[in-house]
Amino acid sequence: MTALELLGVSKVYGEGPTEVHALRQVNLFVEPGELVAVMGPSGSGKSTLLTIAGSLEEPTAGEVVVGGEHLSGMSRNDKARLRRRAIGYVFQDFNLLAGLTAVENVSLPLELDGVTARTARAEGMKALEELGLGDRSARFPDELSGGERQRVAIARAVVGRRHLLLADEPSGALDSSNGEAVMRLIRGACQRGVAGVVVTHDAQLASWADRVVFLRDGRVVDQTAPPPGPESVLAPSGNP
Amino acid sequence: MSVRHALLALLTEGPKYGLQLRQEFEERTGEVWPLNVGQVYTTLQRLERDGLVESDDAGDDGPQKAFRITEAGADELALWLRTPPDMSSPPRDELVIKVLVALRAPGVDVHEVIQVHRRHLVELMQQWTRLKEYAAAQDVSFGLAVDAELFRLDSVIRWLDSADGRIRRTALEPPAPVTVGLPKPPRRLGVRR
Repeated sequence: MTALELLGVSKVYGEGPTEVHALRQVNLFVEPGELVAVMGPSGSGKSTLLTIAGSLEEPTAGEVVVGGEHLSGMSRNDKARLRRRAIGYVFQDFNLLAGLTAVENVSLPLELDGVTARTARAEGMKALEELGLGDRSARFPDELSGGERQRVAIARAVVGRRHLLLADEPSGALDSSNGEAVMRLIRGACQRGVAGVVVTHDAQLASWADRVVFLRDGRVVDQTAPPPGPESVLAPSGNP
Repeated sequence: MSVRHALLALLTEGPKYGLQLRQEFEERTGEVWPLNVGQVYTTLQRLERDGLVESDDAGDDGPQKAFRITEAGADELALWLRTPPDMSSPPRDELVIKVLVALRAPGVDVHEVIQVHRRHLVELMQQWTRLKEYAAAQDVSFGLAVDAELFRLDSVIRWLDSADGRIRRTALEPPAPVTVGLPKPPRRLGVRR
């Protein structure tokens, strides 16, 4: 089953002479295990696409389907439940809760969903351990480095059985080696079956994706071809 | 890539045979630069002629001949490591010329041309990134060589993005009033002819 489908999605803000078309007739399909990057300049509609895919905003037209469930007919409560169970977000500025420890941050979505505190904590620890943060679980966000905070945010996004990972400029203000570490973790989550969508203007981040979709003025204008295999760039060019 | 200086660098670790030098060269450059054995021996002969390496007197130019770096060779290597490579812009960058032509050519959408190149470059970066993803973490040489290529391609994409934006902004602005005798830029910096 396709993990995420956007079907003819449009989003208009304002009306009359001030109306802004943030997205125009966008179609996007993401399969389980696939990592898709959406690249475009500021104002191209990248962040709007992500918030609509994550049911945080309603499209003006078109349909969003997450794991086979159509969002348009859902109540607010049902959408909130879908977000807690199926969808994880990673934001540029991490959005961790300062008053909670790393493991509390990670297990919070499960607890909100009614999972017992003990099970939620165990799932939270498992997610942190997978990202190499087992020994940081009792630390508060301000006791962690920038790279560690972003790993906690990724753990929170994939905790439990969440299977759609949405990331907005996930390397934020991190340096390039931490940015690479973040993308390796997101790739790892996808290899375990999670579908990922990363929006970014950074080609180095986007190049970790299986497929790169180019957004311009709210439209999908192009996408990369499936990769021919890594050996092609190492083939000698003309030299004996 | 200076094979000459790479061989001198390998010889600072101690005397080595030609075949061994070739193998170590390829290993240390992450096998991104293949080298044939003929190149190795030709380069070693020239280094010996210039007094930068010396070989065992005995024996002929066979694979059993070991080479050592001389003091002059070590000085040459130290100088080379600190000499900035030529980073002035190439005489004609093909991509820049294509975009400039597309900008003026009637019936050509320069943004579409830019996107064709942007996509191609991103696809190349995906292939390099995939290589890096599956390379052993301890293979530092390979990681460095791949990163260099990724940063280079990234800088070209950034130029395309900036060109795209600049052309859009210019198209939105009202045309400038016609002036006679536009001031010329003082000099064409960095362009070799």
